[in-house]
Amino acid sequence: MSASFPPRRVVMRMHERASEPASGRAGCDWRPSAGIDALRLRARLLRAARAYFDAQGVMEVETPALGAATVTDPSIESLRANGRTGRSWYLQTSPEFAMKRLLAAGSGSIYQITRAFRDGERGRHHNIEFSILEWYRVGFDHHRLIDDVDALLDRILGSRPSSRLTFREAFLRHLDLDPLTATTVELHDACESRGFASRAASATRDECLDHLLAAAVQPALGPGRVYLLDFPASQAALARIRNGPPEVAERFELYIDGIEVANGYHELRDAGELHGRMRRDIETRRCGGRPAPAVDARLLAAHEAGLPACAGVAVGFDRLVMLAGGYRALREVLAFPEDAA
Amino acid sequence: MPNVSTNEFRSGLKLIIDGDPCSIIENEFVKPGKGQAFVRARFRNLRSGRVVERTFKSGESVEAADVLEVSLQYLYNDGDLFHFMDEQTFEQHAADAGAVGDASRWLKEQDVCAITLWNGTPIVVNPPNFVTLEITETEPGVRGDTASGATKPATVETGAVIKVPLFVEQGELVRIDTRTGEYVSRARE
Repeated sequence: MSASFPPRRVVMRMHERASEPASGRAGCDWRPSAGIDALRLRARLLRAARAYFDAQGVMEVETPALGAATVTDPSIESLRANGRTGRSWYLQTSPEFAMKRLLAAGSGSIYQITRAFRDGERGRHHNIEFSILEWYRVGFDHHRLIDDVDALLDRILGSRPSSRLTFREAFLRHLDLDPLTATTVELHDACESRGFASRAASATRDECLDHLLAAAVQPALGPGRVYLLDFPASQAALARIRNGPPEVAERFELYIDGIEVANGYHELRDAGELHGRMRRDIETRRCGGRPAPAVDARLLAAHEAGLPACAGVAVGFDRLVMLAGGYRALREVLAFPEDAA
Repeated sequence: MPNVSTNEFRSGLKLIIDGDPCSIIENEFVKPGKGQAFVRARFRNLRSGRVVERTFKSGESVEAADVLEVSLQYLYNDGDLFHFMDEQTFEQHAADAGAVGDASRWLKEQDVCAITLWNGTPIVVNPPNFVTLEITETEPGVRGDTASGATKPATVETGAVIKVPLFVEQGELVRIDTRTGEYVSRARE
């Protein structure tokens, strides 16, 4: 933490609280949760990221934070904003859909640094709003995009070695379990021996894999940069699926010191396939009795008009700042996290 | 008891885990990049004191435990159960030897204990931090020896054996720290 800034967390005892004047603002905690040094680091990394893309000829864009449509992904919840006229908007959970419409309109490679909002995400490495650095490279596949991510990180964080590991290799190495062929019984057994009563929670196959990834694989990845790639086809999200065997999604995640920092795709282009995945998401949400947003008609139309072959990635910028500064929690690099905003 | 959603998890919340009442020590939101969100929680089992870690799907419900921390006055031991009373309502509760555990060494009638009730039944009994008990048996004292620091064994009225300084006599009252089982000082009633 900053040496030049008083620490925000002061232990307050009950009698001290009680002695505060009831009407005063003396006890009102107005200070940032991040030290000024952390904010200075954030500013420096923002400048460095922009300089990287500028040198690469990638154009910075801005797209709306309020959208008529939102993501259907069952594991992401959108927030809504209401206007006086009765109209409401979704706060973007990422700028992905708007940026893909720009790509379809011929923008060429683009990047954006923006705020994204996800309801219910709160924790050491989560805040309800967070900064995303998202970019798309026309003509790249996910392997070239990983090279690009690495080059950016070398530039802004300093040069470090990195490794690439398929999702399957990672599970085989750290769990002795093949995530693509393991039976449901084997997955449940593995979950239950690791503190998650997956059968009682009626967890799906993918939910079991999610738990095992978070509880057993992620902590074993070790220090440094590790790119996990070729996810199970059922976890493709909006990545292309490469025909097998085994059939896998051309998707990757970057872990730095075991913390997930980026998620990228060799982008799915087929409009029919996109529509099918969104309908499946909506079906999953309805089955769980959860709100099911409509498909984004403008995104579908853009795909029908033609998304150029490209790869795209979103980096959790706050986590990057946290790791770059050796901090342990997001609130140490956010000026005002949710509970202090 | 009603079920509690993981969204309401906070430290100190009492839940049933593997059939036992547990208290949340800490909980953390965990979410792999694109996947299902989880809540990872560490619990203290209120019966065994052991710490367990469990993961739940975010939004999953867990059975709440009807756990109450109360102060009850110790009445008597009937040879099997230890009987306590709420001084306000005069309601009585009986605790078995498993719930009382080591506290039985220090239980003196009318002392007030901190007791954890689960479904109305005591599962943990904590004696007062300090108790005053009479020495019922010890070797004759060495008068005037208040400096040597030497000790001798002494049995107190509850049957527990403690170490006391040589000058302490049979029939005297002593103050004992029940957390360490150590003699603190001589006492007057």
